[in-house]
Parts: sequence; C-alpha cells; structure tokens
Amino acid sequence: MTSLPQSTNKKLGLVIDLDTCVGCHACVINCKEWNTSGYGTALSDQDPYGANPTGAWLNRIHTFEVVPDKPKGQGVGEVIGTAGEARVVHFPKSCLHCEDAPCVTVCPTGASYKRSEDGIVLVDEDKCIGCGLCAWSCAYGAREMDLAAGVMKKCTLCVDRIYNEELQEVDRQPACVRTCPAGARHFGDFADPNSNVSLLVAERGGFDLMPEQDNKPVNKYLPPRPRSDLGEGADLGAAHTEESTEGASGLLGWIDRALSPSSKQKEAN
Amino acid sequence: MHPALSVISFTTLSGAGYGLAFVLATGHGNPGALSTKIAWFVALALITIGFLSSTLHLGNPQRAWRAVSQWKSSWLSREGCMCFISYVPLCLLAGMSIFYNSFDLTLGYIGAICCAITVYCTAMIYASLRTIASWHTGWTPAFYLAFALTGGTLIYVGFFGPPTGSRSTEIWIYLCMVFLVCSWAVKYGWSHRAERVGYGKSTMESATGLGNIGKVRLLERPHAMGNYLTNEMAFRIGRKHAQKLNRIALLLGLVLPLILLALALQIASVAAFFTIVAALSFMAGVFVDRWLFFATARHAVGLYYGGDDALMPAE
Repeated sequence: MTSLPQSTNKKLGLVIDLDTCVGCHACVINCKEWNTSGYGTALSDQDPYGANPTGAWLNRIHTFEVVPDKPKGQGVGEVIGTAGEARVVHFPKSCLHCEDAPCVTVCPTGASYKRSEDGIVLVDEDKCIGCGLCAWSCAYGAREMDLAAGVMKKCTLCVDRIYNEELQEVDRQPACVRTCPAGARHFGDFADPNSNVSLLVAERGGFDLMPEQDNKPVNKYLPPRPRSDLGEGADLGAAHTEESTEGASGLLGWIDRALSPSSKQKEAN
Repeated sequence: MHPALSVISFTTLSGAGYGLAFVLATGHGNPGALSTKIAWFVALALITIGFLSSTLHLGNPQRAWRAVSQWKSSWLSREGCMCFISYVPLCLLAGMSIFYNSFDLTLGYIGAICCAITVYCTAMIYASLRTIASWHTGWTPAFYLAFALTGGTLIYVGFFGPPTGSRSTEIWIYLCMVFLVCSWAVKYGWSHRAERVGYGKSTMESATGLGNIGKVRLLERPHAMGNYLTNEMAFRIGRKHAQKLNRIALLLGLVLPLILLALALQIASVAAFFTIVAALSFMAGVFVDRWLFFATARHAVGLYYGGDDALMPAE
C-alpha cells in the first residue's frame, strides 16, 4: 500500500558533506554503474552517442556559487567567507528517503512504497504504470522516469549492496558512499542517536533541504566549514620592517649605502 | 510543467463530459427526445475519450487497472475509482433515456454527485502537490468544477437545449452568461494568487541550505543536456507567451461566448448557431487556459536549476 508506515525501525540514509565534496562526479558514475545492472531495469540512456544525449540517473551533482554578504573581519576561521568573494559549493543530490514522502502517498498503484523495517523508499517496477506523479510530487528531483522501460527510477540506497552478504563487509554500503574519494558521503542509521551519521549531524549542524515542504527528509547535509579571510592573520607590522635596512653592516651594509641615493643627490632632486 | 496534450485533453474533455452529464442527470432534457439521447451519448463519449487520452502519457498503460487500488492515499487513484463508480449511474441513466425514454431523479442526483466528486478528484491530483505552489490551493478544484459546469451547460444549451426562441431558451442563455462570468471570476482568483505565489516558501537558499552564507546562484548544472526533470518540470515556452495566451484564452473563453450569447438572445432565427459557436469557443478557451495551467506552473525542483533565471528563455 502507498500509505506511509507509522514509524520505521531504522532510518537508513546519507549524510552529505558540502564542505568536503570536490564535485568529481565519481558517486554519480558509480551509482549509474551499480544500479544499471542491479535493482530493477537498466538505467537507460537516450541518444547516448548522439547530439542530444539524455538518460536516467539517480544521483546528480549541482554546483552552486554563494556570495557571502556579511562583513569581513571576524577573526581567522570564524567567517564563512569574505563578503563579495564567491564560495563554490558542490552539491550532490539523490533521494532523501523522506519520512513523510509525498512520492509514496500520491502513487495510484502501490508501486511506490516506504519500508517499515529501514525506511528505504523503493519502486516496485512491476506495478509502476509510469504516470510520473511521484516525480511531480518530489521537491528534490530525486525521481527520474526511465524512458525505455516506462517506469520510475530512484535511489534504492543500494538495497542490493547494504544487506548483501556475498560482498565483503566494507562494500556493504551504497555505491556512492563507497566510491567517494573525498569521504563526503556517509551512510548510517539516523534512528540510532550514537550512529556515525547521527553524531556527524549533531557535531557539524546537519540540516534538511527545503524543510518548508514538510517532507521530513532523512538524508542530512553538512554546511561548508568557516574559513579565514584571504590575508587575514598576516602581520602588517612585519611587512613594514622587512623594507627597513637600518642597522645593516658588512657587505650588505656597503651595498645598501652604495645603492641608496646620497644626501647631495637627494637635495638635487 | 510540461503541458502534455494527453493530460490537457483529458482534463478539459472529461470535465465538459461530466458537466454535461451533471446537467442531464439533474433532470434536464426530455428523456424521450432524440436530442437528449444523443446528449447522453456525447457526455459518456467525452468522459471516455478524456480518460483514454489520459492513459496515453503513461509509460506502461497496460497496467493502468492497478491505479484504482490506492484510493486511501492517492488522489489519482481516487479519481480512477470515481471514474468507474460514476459510470454506473450515468450508464444506467443513459440507457433508460436511450432505450426506455425514461428518467429517474434519485438515480439522477446520485449520478450528478458522482460527476462533481470525479471532477473534484481530478483537480485534487494537482491541488495536492506541495511542490507546485500555484496549484496547491482550494482555488484549483474551484475553477475545475466551475469550468466543468459551465462547459457542460454551454454544450447542453448549444446542441441539445430546448427549441430556440422559447422562453425556456432565454433563461438557459442567461444562466450560461452567469456561469461564464462566475467561472472566469473564480479563475481570476486562482490566477491572481498564482502570479504572486512563485515557488511558495521555497527559495534557492532553502533548497540548498546555504542561505545563511549569502545569495545562492547556480554555477554549473549537473548535466550538459536536458533530462527528464528539466523536460518535465521546467517548461520554458509557457512563460514567454503567457500574457498573449492568457488574452487569447479570455477572448475565446469569455468575451466571444458572451457576445455570441447576447446575439442569440437578439436574433432568434440563428440563435442555435450562435449558442453552438459559443460552446465551442468556450471549450477552445478552456483548452488554452488549461495549457497555461501546466506550462506556467513553477515546480520546486526548478530551484536546483537556477529558479526563474533558468526558466526564462534567452531573448
């Protein structure tokens, strides 16, 4: 049924660190690689080698530019950036496995569902009629229609990896998390207050995307860390004394005296 | 939102069909008259064509029967259920008129209520979406219902109404004029809100959570070409010609039908022709208006693609 479970035993999801992500798209590629041959039908591309290639992907990286508007000079490491100077933020986005997932309740066939055991939102592709209403209801653009199969595709949190005992334990996490070279993605159970993801969120001030849409997303994002102003911390006094040649002696003192304009020349000028 | 022809046809045709069925089911038209028999057939045909066309945009239409299963949570499912449920009284009423020249008012009221609920469910599919702020309002079912009733009444009067020149025709024409003005007034209420609501409470800052740093701008999108999301949710042409198309919709849907109906009152000899053209003109206006309903809708996901800057076509 497409009614949402009252509560879920676990709340599996991701923490995505916007400070650490370098925007390399490795998670995007590994997601496509794993999921095109895993759960459900392949993730098709249309016109893949032609002039207008498109296709279904479950994870995308947007890149935003944020220009701080707050005044500078709050001390080293305390400002989020310098006013007027852009910060570039790479922004990976996949299904947030919302607690109050509208994509589940709008589904007319029962194909879209949220699992009561771990909170993962999945599509039963054999029941999906491809009406697209779930994608319309998702504020995050987490669902994309597979135009070849005519069914809706979405992040499964790599449900075929995380419980897969055929894999080594280190590989039992979503493909995007496993592949991230920067360690910007973390997988865990948000229902456990002592899990790695819960602790990260508490420590770094993890936040929800579009909280005003009332979807209660499970996935959390970590904000970019504060950074220092350019040039802040440099000692202006030191820079001044470096220019001074007072007290120079020996060879350097002789060179200094030879190159300095004499008092007669100064008068002539 | 991408204005799919199948969905626009579905909402306008089935809306008019249910409107016409509503008029007939509330006891109008002599059940024995040929015009009433044809009217019942036309109402059911409009409803059926509308629903069949709605399945055209499905990825797997052969599984469409599954869509009646989730009525507890899904407005789309409720609408599918109501479509089938309302066929029962409407087909019975049509059958009574066509084969037995008879009519039953109790069954008629049941049918009429079913018509209204079905159109309401259709509208709620769109009104229930939090992602599209302009749709997420009670104004949406209000104008869907108003247009359905007005369209149904105009079609009834134009094609199947009482003989022209009679006192009864005059009353029907006045009623049509009142319906026309009222339904566009409701639509104006919707549009007035839609123009101001934008993305609702959502912004690029809330979408990215980066608002505490400063103003957010899309530096690079995630894919070089379009994708399902940008094709489906971020439709450009709508806004470019929105004003012009809005005027066309008003002209076809309100001004022209009002003039034609006024003429029909004056010149009884060609009144039938004028009312028919008025009905067709109204339907054309509603069609354009429904196209705009989709094409100008802003979906929250657009905020991840730069908001309105990305939606406005380059000049």
